[in-house]
Amino acid sequence: MKEELELGSEFDLELERYELFADPIYNFTFNRRQFLRAFSGGIALLVPMSNLVTTSGQQEQGESGRGRMDQRVPNEIGAWIHIDEAGTVSVFTGKVELGQNIRTSLAQAVAEELHVMIESIRMVMADTDLAPFDMGTFGSRSIPFMAPQLRKAAAAARESLVALAAEQMKVAPAEVRIVNARFVNHDASKSLSFADVANGQKLVKTIPADVAITAVKDWTIVGKSVPKVGARDFVTGKHEYTSDLKRPGMLFGRIVRPATLNSSLVSADTKAAEAIRGVTVVRDGDFIGLAATDPQTLTRAERAIAVHWKAPGQPAAAQLFEQLKRESSPSRGGARPAGSITDGMAAADKKLSQTYTVAFIAHAPLEPRAAVAEWNDNKLTVWTGTQRPFGVRSELAEALHIPETSVRVIVPDTGSGYGGKHTGECAVEAARLARATGKPVKLVWTREEEFTWAYFRPAGVIEVSSGVKNDGTVTAWEFHNYNSGASAIQSKYAFPNQNIQFHSSKSPLRQGSYRGLAATANHFAREVHMDELAQLVGIDPVQFRIKNIQDERLKAVLEAAAKSFGWGAKKEAGRGAGIACGFEKGSYIATAAEVSVDPKTKKVKLERVVASFECGAIVNPRHLHNQVEGAVVQAIGGALFEGIDFQNGQIMNSKFSRYRVPRFSDTPPIEIVLLDRKDLPSAGAGETPIVGLAPAVSSAIFEATGQRLRSLPLVPNLS
Amino acid sequence: MANITSLSVNGRKLPVNVDSQTSLLTVLRDFLNFTGTKYGCGEAQCGACTVLVDGQMTRSCTMPVGKVASKQITTIEGLEKDGQLHPLQNAFIEADAMQCGYCTSGMIMSGVALLKKNPKPSRAEIVKHMDRNMCRCGTYLRIVKAIEIASGASKEVRK
Repeated sequence: MKEELELGSEFDLELERYELFADPIYNFTFNRRQFLRAFSGGIALLVPMSNLVTTSGQQEQGESGRGRMDQRVPNEIGAWIHIDEAGTVSVFTGKVELGQNIRTSLAQAVAEELHVMIESIRMVMADTDLAPFDMGTFGSRSIPFMAPQLRKAAAAARESLVALAAEQMKVAPAEVRIVNARFVNHDASKSLSFADVANGQKLVKTIPADVAITAVKDWTIVGKSVPKVGARDFVTGKHEYTSDLKRPGMLFGRIVRPATLNSSLVSADTKAAEAIRGVTVVRDGDFIGLAATDPQTLTRAERAIAVHWKAPGQPAAAQLFEQLKRESSPSRGGARPAGSITDGMAAADKKLSQTYTVAFIAHAPLEPRAAVAEWNDNKLTVWTGTQRPFGVRSELAEALHIPETSVRVIVPDTGSGYGGKHTGECAVEAARLARATGKPVKLVWTREEEFTWAYFRPAGVIEVSSGVKNDGTVTAWEFHNYNSGASAIQSKYAFPNQNIQFHSSKSPLRQGSYRGLAATANHFAREVHMDELAQLVGIDPVQFRIKNIQDERLKAVLEAAAKSFGWGAKKEAGRGAGIACGFEKGSYIATAAEVSVDPKTKKVKLERVVASFECGAIVNPRHLHNQVEGAVVQAIGGALFEGIDFQNGQIMNSKFSRYRVPRFSDTPPIEIVLLDRKDLPSAGAGETPIVGLAPAVSSAIFEATGQRLRSLPLVPNLS
Repeated sequence: MANITSLSVNGRKLPVNVDSQTSLLTVLRDFLNFTGTKYGCGEAQCGACTVLVDGQMTRSCTMPVGKVASKQITTIEGLEKDGQLHPLQNAFIEADAMQCGYCTSGMIMSGVALLKKNPKPSRAEIVKHMDRNMCRCGTYLRIVKAIEIASGASKEVRK
């Protein structure tokens, strides 16, 4: 895949290497032919795929746009809106709902432009047979790329409907308004429902180039705190996650796994298990899977199996950082040298070189991987919780040697992912069991499996060397990231001389995407280093940063956080404050934290946090607030105590009783300051708010104790 | 080992035929189809599986069904009465106290147990009682707010 070519650009479209495990497969099978087959009547507005994969998704015009009544269908469709002959509005998109409330935000966008209530919008999401291809739900892309296109499609649909309504009512289109989901003329003497207008139509349009969307100042649904779509089903337990599904005749599956990663099968005695009524044992190479009529029988079968595995010797967490450095490549992208480090160092009054590290951490989504697989004739349907339904469809097709057209993946709204559910392991396993048994099979990974056989946020080593003048000007900035990734490796600071590089390495554990990717690691190293430089030249950390910032939006969030926090106020003994700021994926964050450290027990307590966030025009203040707050809480774990411990192929803390995640008692008062920039396009918000906490807390601990902690998680390193 | 032949769930006595050592969670989800109760860890650490047993907060994943066979079990599905949500269910919606919603059933059941024995809990009491329930999306402050709304301690809704 293309890698890091556009790093640091305003809209960082390039995918971080860890976002995917393989090249994106541009297999846009929801094409013209399929669409026309699926389309029975009514009105459809199509978003061409090209509109969703270009770099400036906001205003980009599709090459297919040709005026108001364009009947052409693009070759590759990225999303579509359908008003069927009964007047039902359906939105078809491959995006996945994982708690980020994109189901709500996208419905808001469509409702706004169609001038209807949000409740009347049916969102058809993440079903590979019904929704057009989508690369996946990650990278904070749904709001900046998908939402504007759906708005345009909805606006164009409205225009078409209004024109048709005008024709039927024999009035001028300009006279027609939509009131309470009805088309009415100027004095409301005539009115038509959506069904009246759509009935008997067979109109397909690609979104035209000149479609006007509602100006931000006129928003009545977007920009408002619309409640979560389907909230009632979540509080009543009615919502069915993948793990809750049942199919007729369904069996329960389980995989027999070795105790050690990278094991290979030596021998297995499965005869006793096979003899149990209702049990099927599936062996295929190193794969041993079980399916049974009920969970009790399954457990009996599992106990009846004797397996012998062998595994190579494998490294331990203790050697991790040394290994990542040793196995690293000279440079892998991200490099955009500017000026001269030598000159910058020569101009400096003081110099500083420090090393920072981040541990592997687990996503630990509360719903572990789950899949229900079912074969009908030669067609495979798999329900599974994944962020990449189409990617998982490819995985299934490849693993089972069947064409992608024979695979349907459906993603029920899922028990979160945080970047951890990009893959389809569980789906493939369930499909293998279902094929062997000829019956639907449900497979739900245990928590231990999720901790051991999924993938981790990459660990990393970051070395920073810098030079600074006594007036606070940073003159040189050399930054090397080993293994953790290149996201946000570039900053919004105006460093005149810089050399910034990412070095890939050989990871001892399987690693992949995690909310914010390496933006967390890179901000941790950069912002702690900035704090150290501020201290070196005796300048207040906020003033020191402002001195080196030219970007007004970054300055604005930093100042907003400092102000709300009461930065610079006197603190009690044993307390300290820290602050950090940053930019990634089109949005800006500044986080200030206050900690107390017990002088005897060294217990660190996060006393309060202020996070200031700006992502352009706000789509849903309530859900944005929730999202930023959640990111701060999740960040507490990675900052203070989360870290995967491993030894010789075993994950030593593969349970919640051994892997500490943030809880109620870890959560301090959090104040969220949202800056609403109605003049700017909306960016995604699911990731960037996570990056500021760890460096702010490290600096706060430094102020409280005088100890500078440069490794995540911080707490175990406090002496 | 003795089998359990019936279980009282949400006021109804339901026939079932399972080994008494089977976890209550498995019986509820896989045999009786009360899937609102979730699996999260299997070691009583995350609280996603929380139900009420004779009104007491119970982690169903580590509870052998044999121990509760003669007791009254309440799951998330049993809170709604005549189409009316429990006040805490309404408060969760009002406070937007969820993201992915996977922890929500367990959170609500733990919260209901708290409000039963302590109708006006302090913030510290809420945190202490709820601390063994995990939300990976990080909505803890909103859940505290929801419990406060349900207890009448707060009218204000979080943004």
